[in-house]
Amino acid sequence: MKPARRYEIFSLLLAGILAATAGCGSSSRSSSTSSGGGSTAVNNVQTITVNTGPTAGPPINSPAINEPFTSVTVCAPGSTSNCQTISGILVDTGSSGLRILSSVLTISLPQQTGSGGNAVVECLPFVHGFTWGPVQAADLTIAGEEAKNLPIQVVGSVAFPTIPTSCSGQGAEEDDLKSLGANGVLGVGIFAQDCGDGCTITGSNNPGLYYSCSSSGCQVTTESLANQVANPVIFFATDNNGVIIDLPAVTGAEASITGSLIFGIGTQSNNALGSQTIYTLDPSTGNIATRFNNVTYPNAAFLDTGSNAIYFLDTATTGFSTCTDLTFWYCPTSTQTPSATNQGANGASGTFTFTVGNADTLTANGTVGVANGLAGPNSGMFDWGLPFFYGRKVYTAIENQNTPGGLGPYWAY
Amino acid sequence: MNLKITHAIVLMLALPSSLSASLGRDATSVQEDVAKMQGTLRTSSSNSYTLHEIQTPTGVAVKEYASPAGKVFAVTWKGPYHPDLRQLLGPYYDEYVQAVRIQRTQRAGHGPILIQHAGLVVEVSGHLRSFVGRAYVPQQLPAGMHVEDIR
Repeated sequence: MKPARRYEIFSLLLAGILAATAGCGSSSRSSSTSSGGGSTAVNNVQTITVNTGPTAGPPINSPAINEPFTSVTVCAPGSTSNCQTISGILVDTGSSGLRILSSVLTISLPQQTGSGGNAVVECLPFVHGFTWGPVQAADLTIAGEEAKNLPIQVVGSVAFPTIPTSCSGQGAEEDDLKSLGANGVLGVGIFAQDCGDGCTITGSNNPGLYYSCSSSGCQVTTESLANQVANPVIFFATDNNGVIIDLPAVTGAEASITGSLIFGIGTQSNNALGSQTIYTLDPSTGNIATRFNNVTYPNAAFLDTGSNAIYFLDTATTGFSTCTDLTFWYCPTSTQTPSATNQGANGASGTFTFTVGNADTLTANGTVGVANGLAGPNSGMFDWGLPFFYGRKVYTAIENQNTPGGLGPYWAY
Repeated sequence: MNLKITHAIVLMLALPSSLSASLGRDATSVQEDVAKMQGTLRTSSSNSYTLHEIQTPTGVAVKEYASPAGKVFAVTWKGPYHPDLRQLLGPYYDEYVQAVRIQRTQRAGHGPILIQHAGLVVEVSGHLRSFVGRAYVPQQLPAGMHVEDIR
């Protein structure tokens, strides 16, 4: 799959050296230390709600549409009292790692430090831009699952106000509630860590997501896989190979719906793989192919709960005109149900229909938090956002994790 | 496509960082981008434009399209990360970031960026570790060139 296995070995060695020399702040993965070892399965079902979200009320007054939210409980590592439950966390299968706005975090978490004892601060690229903030450690509890000593990103921390120009050149800063649209992001996507091997190596091959910050400024630093902000699921004692998003079918617009984020694939009776088709991904991009109107778009499609519509192709190729003001959405005069075929790298394929409604009509009422049919242009690409998940059970398997359906990453539905 | 490869240059030198490029500026600024991105450059030309392709060591492929008059009128990128967009979009960067902020609020959620100003079009899509982007100045497209040719 990847030519970087040697980097993994190297980074493990490096992690060991750093842990031995730096001493503090390094987090380590709690892989299989089952303390209970009992036969009772943990509760692996977390409720998620699609509604107008934490930005709906004052002072932002900007209700969300098709954004799935949940709550997480974070504690200082090892503590059962220094804890906080935070709602309004976006459930995102399009990224990996837990990120929490500094502005909503009321407990103090230990700062991860790198070489020289300097604070490790991250710049994580998203489509819109980036989040900037320190890497800190937390014990995460979600449903009955626990991720101990999990490296997370605390976004927009006042302790690190100066964003390096190499980070601020990535687009818009998404470090507060208005720009991020959530109190945090729970990235439970296909990757085990947010950066991966690239950030573990030195020199110009390092993409520069992790910085070592001192009073004199921030410099790009290497970051071992074990220290990177990680998909929390891989830290669970069990149910650690992927997630299922289970949302009800939706017709038109609604105020809100609830569904489930189920942890694990084939680890309990409620997350077995049944008749679902498994779509494996291009290992370098994490994409699949979609065929539409007899044209195949290779390596151009992905499933993403963090996108609030089905974003695909453009007016010239679909024939759907965009809305007059909101040109990032389609506004056909009547609701359309085109069909498409998704194709995995393994050759699996499945044809389905989806809905393209009039976005002006769907979003006219500000109390609407759910809208099936919301769609928009995305030149040459298919971003199967949250409406794709309505009425489906969608499995997301994490890279290099074993499942009854084979090694991740893959999607299945 | 009748592209002819005219020359290939590998540049690993660091030029002064005060120099900036690129969209809307002279094609000579491409060299500064190559240096800043520590990339390798491949240049080819067709009847209506010159294409500068930069491959960065982090796996990002950047293309800069220059008109016969020597102005960069379009840029694209594809790879696991964004390139330095302040560098790549040059004088258009602030306009881009401001437009993203406005669109973020209008969209009521997350999705691909689609900025369609009279003098600037920007599209950005993808997800963690896989991004694509395209930006161009519609008025500066050479005669006979179509938007679909910018890939």
